Amino acid sequence: MSTATISGWCLTSLSQPQSPQNKATLRPSISARLNSPASPAPPNLIQNKPVFAAPAPIITPTWREDMANGSYDEAVEGLRKLLREKASLEPVAAAKIDQITAQLKNSDGSSSPFDPVERMKTGFIYFKKEKYDKNPALHAELAKGQSPKFMVFACSDSRVCPSHVLDFQPGDAFVVRNVANMVPPYDKVKHTGVGSAVEYAVLHLKVEYIVVIGHSSCGGIKGLMSFPFDGTNSTDFIENWVKIGLPAKSKVLAEFPNLPFPEQCAYCEKEAVNVSLGNLLSYPFVREGLVKKTLGLKGGYYDFVKGTFELWGLEFGLSPSFSV
Amino acid sequence: MAKSSTEVAIEGLKRLLSDKEGLDDVAAVKIEKLTAELQEQDHEEEFDPVRRIKDGFIHFKTHHFDKCPAYYKKLAEEQHPKFLVFACSDSRVSPSYVLNFKPGEAFMCRNIANMVPAFNQLRYSGVGAVIEYAVKHLEVENILVIGHSRCGGIKALMSLPADGTTSNDFIDDWVKIGLPAKAKVESEWSHATFEEKCEHCEKESVDLSLVNLLSYPYVRAALANKALKLMGGYYDFVNGTFGLWKADFDIKPEIIIGSS
Repeated sequence: MSTATISGWCLTSLSQPQSPQNKATLRPSISARLNSPASPAPPNLIQNKPVFAAPAPIITPTWREDMANGSYDEAVEGLRKLLREKASLEPVAAAKIDQITAQLKNSDGSSSPFDPVERMKTGFIYFKKEKYDKNPALHAELAKGQSPKFMVFACSDSRVCPSHVLDFQPGDAFVVRNVANMVPPYDKVKHTGVGSAVEYAVLHLKVEYIVVIGHSSCGGIKGLMSFPFDGTNSTDFIENWVKIGLPAKSKVLAEFPNLPFPEQCAYCEKEAVNVSLGNLLSYPFVREGLVKKTLGLKGGYYDFVKGTFELWGLEFGLSPSFSV
Repeated sequence: MAKSSTEVAIEGLKRLLSDKEGLDDVAAVKIEKLTAELQEQDHEEEFDPVRRIKDGFIHFKTHHFDKCPAYYKKLAEEQHPKFLVFACSDSRVSPSYVLNFKPGEAFMCRNIANMVPAFNQLRYSGVGAVIEYAVKHLEVENILVIGHSRCGGIKALMSLPADGTTSNDFIDDWVKIGLPAKAKVESEWSHATFEEKCEHCEKESVDLSLVNLLSYPYVRAALANKALKLMGGYYDFVNGTFGLWKADFDIKPEIIIGSS
């Protein structure tokens, strides 16, 4: 596999240094991108088709993985015959047979371990061919700017990406993902991450709806329901983060004290969404948007055990004041 | 059927145009403009968020969830993602879309400018919780930080005034995580244009985030055990390219230096 600049793909090898200047720093070496800082931006796509065409079988003079000339027994007999004639090959043959055995032990039967680079390459090439190249007008518009109508809070859980679950396309939704899809209250010290996202979405992108989506079997909510919160932390961060949802836990324990733990967790997953929606009101620009009716708040719950999605809304208004 | 009010109005306009010469072109432009405005209005009035969300979920349910019941049933029991991905909240750069991740493959953290701040229990518990959960509990094998072109957060970082004043509640304070990347860009590419500097910074900030990952003890431990790989990525949606690089942090065994 070449590491030269292939149109549509840049991959570097580990051995290339980033730039001469880096040698003086104490930073661990980070391998370079193919285009060094001094060179121009990566080349545009030269040929308007993916570099790797539809998978073709690897034609080699020797065996293809999926095609044997004869049965397994015949193959072993052939190997034994060779070893009878050339006994010196025994140790090598034994080692290789062990290797084959180990390879076949892999659960999915593949002969190579998981390669993350290969996975991402395949993924991007699929996107490029099936989505990017098939919608040039859309992506040209998006390249100029984004104007999503939604801001979405979703859990970092690998199973609940809004692009899948709600079929959001590029440009549809400004997405924040964190443990247990929490929205903490306005706090310039502790919560600039969420604060900056809400500020940017509401004031700059002018999204029309903020949707907070909880989900079933949430590990973060399970943690919230399990940790004692008695001043002793058993984690560096997780407890401090999920305690944003403590009001939900209190409510669930007060209303459903005798339910089995998994059901209490399910109620808490939904109640925590409401806590987050309430916390959104602590941001002045959110309140202003709600009062002016340029912004709406929605809560959602994705149950991937049952395959269902619930949606609800939060109404907020301020009646005009009058002098008493 | 009685004539609609629009038809009546059009007839009135037609009569005027036949009476007065030379107004046709002007009238045509005005009518076209009116049509465009009405189309836009109609489009805006039609947007129903509830319907959009409903349609989106139904699409997912029919085309994916119901089509692979065994896959989703297994996933409902437990997740074993091989990736932890940091990506920007930008609506155009969802990694599920750009890298075609399927449900269950990638634990994701999305924030402004895909920042990973250094270990800080007071200020950055959100990112800390993601890393702690993903590395210690889910034992992901790869962490990928993806930057992208035309990033608003990086642009804000590059636009920060030198005197340290901020013009908003949160954004400036958050993107300041990237100040070391900005400093590197300003010193190495001082003669580049603002747009070029932003592009360099988008990539430098990914490298900075990769280095910040090392400040988390669970990341260091997993790297030392060779159970974790760190990678940086850059999605350029202007040119339709994706750059990928590995970050190699090799902590070698100690050598005892004998006393003389």
